[in-house]
Amino acid sequence: MNQELQNELSRQGVVLTTIEDLYNWGRKNSLWPLQFGLACCAIEMIAASMARFDMARFGAEVFRPSPRQADLMIVSGTVTKKMAPQVVRLFNQMPEPKYVIAMGACAICGGPFRDGYNVLQGIDLYLPVDVYIPGCPPRPEALLEGLIHLQQKIARQRLTGPERPRHLEENVPGEFPVPQFGPHDLVGPRLCKTRTPDANS
Amino acid sequence: MNFGPFLFLAVFGMAALVFALAPLAIAWLWARVFSPRKPGAVKNAIYECGLDVQPTGWVQFKSEYYLYGIIFLIFDVETIFLLPFAVAFKGLSFAACLAMLLFILLLAEGLAWAWARGVLAWK
Repeated sequence: MNQELQNELSRQGVVLTTIEDLYNWGRKNSLWPLQFGLACCAIEMIAASMARFDMARFGAEVFRPSPRQADLMIVSGTVTKKMAPQVVRLFNQMPEPKYVIAMGACAICGGPFRDGYNVLQGIDLYLPVDVYIPGCPPRPEALLEGLIHLQQKIARQRLTGPERPRHLEENVPGEFPVPQFGPHDLVGPRLCKTRTPDANS
Repeated sequence: MNFGPFLFLAVFGMAALVFALAPLAIAWLWARVFSPRKPGAVKNAIYECGLDVQPTGWVQFKSEYYLYGIIFLIFDVETIFLLPFAVAFKGLSFAACLAMLLFILLLAEGLAWAWARGVLAWK
């Protein structure tokens, strides 16, 4: 639809939309995060969901304790190598469409614990991260900012055509490979090919 | 054809049915058209959180401690009964003493039975 015509009509009090926009509008305003925290960032996430910062204003307050009912994974904190397979499994068990927010320096790249022998250097090695929120830990406002960015990203998603998201493709597998415990490190395929392997392994 | 007040009810019933089924039908159609089903081993797994059980919960274990525990529990309970019995001993009737004696003898018989079966010997 012509954007100019749509604007003109909305000025006259006639709202026109597409099914796609309506669908995205509904989804972006009712994100259900998975209720799990990994480290100190989780405290900020809890604060963001409480009355002072009130994530409910953006429709994302329904933290679900089961991955089957959640469509947003907020990776809040340090992902250890022991925890990484469980995190990937939880993500795999969430229904599509689903999104990942990497909250804090640890979830992005390992943060201050990056050189630790047991710390995963970023959850984006195994999960497709939509929004990165820097900080150590990020304040609740930063999480809300990240959430708003995710909402804008959802609003831009297409239902059809070549730019549609991964889960709408018929032949793309729905599950991400779960890393396995090797003798020294996690083994298994990784998403991000450009990174160098861990210095400690 | 005049159904009286029941036509009204029938219309309402139909409306309620459509109201309930239409969202389900739309959701089903939406899923059919737009979102391909991609079940998988991990996604269909029953277990969600934490680590898998290693290796299985079905193991053999020695039952000796269990027997010790049961016998200890019996005498633990007996102590609880014996203390008020000793405190109130002077004021008790003959029948009450007989009942208590029976109780203690029953427990002693249990102990003798367990002893005779070799339960008290830790192998």
